[in-house]
Amino acid sequence: MFSEMLRRLWENGILQLGIWETIYMTFISTAFAYAIGLPLGVLLEVTDKDGIAPKPGLNKVVGIIVNAFRSIPFLILMVAMLPTAKFIVGTSLGNKAMIVTLVIAAAPYVARMVESSLKEVDRGVIEAAQSMGATVMDIIWKVLLPEAKPSLLINAVISTVTILGYSAMAGTIGGGGLGQIAITYGYQRYNNDIIWVCVILTILIVQVIQEVGTKIAHRVDKRNL
Amino acid sequence: MIEITGLNKTFQTANGPLEVLRDINLTIEDGEIFGIIGLSGAGKSTLVRCINQLERPTTGSVVIDGKDMTKLSDRELLEERRSIGMIFQSFNLLEQRNVLKNVCFPMEISGIGKKEAEKRAMELLDMVKLSDRAKSYPSQLSGGQKQRVAIARAMATRPRYLLCDEATSALDTATTQSILDILREINEKTGVTVIVITHEMKVIDQICDRVAVLDRSRIVEIGEVSKVFTNPQSDIAKELILPQAKGIDIIDEGERIRIVFNGEDSSRPVISNLVLECRVPVNILFADTKVLDGKVYGHMLLQLPDRDRQAERVRNYLDSIGIDYTRED
Repeated sequence: MFSEMLRRLWENGILQLGIWETIYMTFISTAFAYAIGLPLGVLLEVTDKDGIAPKPGLNKVVGIIVNAFRSIPFLILMVAMLPTAKFIVGTSLGNKAMIVTLVIAAAPYVARMVESSLKEVDRGVIEAAQSMGATVMDIIWKVLLPEAKPSLLINAVISTVTILGYSAMAGTIGGGGLGQIAITYGYQRYNNDIIWVCVILTILIVQVIQEVGTKIAHRVDKRNL
Repeated sequence: MIEITGLNKTFQTANGPLEVLRDINLTIEDGEIFGIIGLSGAGKSTLVRCINQLERPTTGSVVIDGKDMTKLSDRELLEERRSIGMIFQSFNLLEQRNVLKNVCFPMEISGIGKKEAEKRAMELLDMVKLSDRAKSYPSQLSGGQKQRVAIARAMATRPRYLLCDEATSALDTATTQSILDILREINEKTGVTVIVITHEMKVIDQICDRVAVLDRSRIVEIGEVSKVFTNPQSDIAKELILPQAKGIDIIDEGERIRIVFNGEDSSRPVISNLVLECRVPVNILFADTKVLDGKVYGHMLLQLPDRDRQAERVRNYLDSIGIDYTRED
C-alpha cells in the first residue's frame, strides 16, 4: 500500500527529521517574529490617534512599512530576502536562512495581531490608570500587556500556525521540513502517498499547537473563573 | 480647595466644533462632598475630567491647592494626579489582577514597596469590608463589591480629592446606598474632599453638602443642597428635583393648594393637625417631601373641600402656623 520510497524515508529517519525541522523552524521563527512584532505592535497601538501617546506621523510611517511587507506574497518576499539572510547568518540556504526570511515575513503580521489584541483592552481601565498618574510605560507594562494576555496568546497560536504554513513553502527554496519532503520526494518523484503523509503530519502538528495554545490561553484568563 | 475659573471646553468633531462646557466657575472647599448633577450630555463627565486633566480645558484654569493644573508639565501632572483619586461607573478594575493587586496598583505606580503596599491594601480592603475577598478576581465579584474595590484602590495613595463619575449609576438601590454610606464614612474619617457626578437626585440628596446643576454646558444653579432642593430656580433643577410634579391630572372639583415645607421640624404632624383643627377632610393628591437633618423639605398638593368656608378655614390655619402655600388652578 505504501511506496518503497516512503518506507525508506522512515527507516533512514528523514521523515522524523522533517517533523522535527518543521516544529523547530516554526517555533524559532515565531519567537523571533514576536521579538520584533510585539514591540512594533505596541508602538502601533500606543502612537495611534486614540492611543495613550498619539504620534500620528510615526504611526503612519510604521503602518505603511508594516502594510508594505504584508502585501508582498510570501514566496516572493522570501526570495527577495535571501540576500538579507546571507548577510545575517552567512548563508542563503538551509534552515537558518529560512528562519531569517520567515521572521521578516511574519513580524509585520505579528505586529498587527498584537495591535488588535491591545485594542481590546477596555479604554476605561486605561483611563483609570491615567487618573492615578501612570506613565506611558506603566500603562504598557502594567495594563495593556497583562490585560491583553489571553488575547495575545490566542493570536500567538494563530501566528504560529501561519508561520508553520510559511515554513512548508520554504521547502521549495532550500529549507527543510515536511514541506521540502513533500515536494522533493513526493511531488517531484510522483509518490502521492508521501505528499499525503506530509499533509496529515502537518495537520496533526497544527491540531496539537491549536489545542494546547487555546487551553493555556483559557487557563490564564482570570475572567473565566 | 479646587477653584475652576472661566473654564471652556470645545471638542473638534467631524460636524464642526462642539461646545461641551461654557464659562464654568466653581469653588470646591476642602472636606466637603460636592455634587454635580445634570442630564446625560450636559457635560458633567467632561467637567470632572478637567479637574484631573484627563481632558484638557480649551480655556480657563483649574487651580488645586494653589497649583494651576492646566499649566503643569506632563511630569508634574502625573505627580499631582496621585493626590486625586477617581472612581467610575464601570468600575474599571484590572480584570487579570486579583483584588489585592488591584488596590496595590496605584502604589506600584507611585513606587511604594511591595510589602508596605500590601499592608496598606489590606487596611483599605478592611475599610470597605472586603478583606476576605483579597485573593478573588474582579470577575468573581458583584457590581457593588467591584465598586468597593475601586474605592479602596482610589484611596490607596491617600488622595486629598476623590472624583466619583456616576459611581452608583450601574448599581441597584440597596447597593447604591451602601456605596454612598462608604463614601460618606471615608469623607468623615479621612477628610477627603469628594466630588460626585450623577444624574440621580437621590445621590445628591443622600450625601452632598453643596450641589451645582449643569445644563447644556453651563452651570445654571449652585448652592447648598437643602436650598437648591426646596427652591429650585432653573427649569432643569425643577425637572431633576420634582420630576413627578409635572402632568398631574385634575381629578375633581374643589380648590387645590400647594403647600411648601421649607425646613419645618419634621416631628410636627402638619396635615393631621390641620384636619383636626379645621375639622375638614383634605385629599392629598401628590406629595414629595424629604427629611434632611430632622427638617422637612418639599411640597404637597392638597385638594380642599368644595365649600368656600371650609377652604378658607384651611388657608387661615396654614397662615397661622406659618406654612407657605400657593393656590393651584
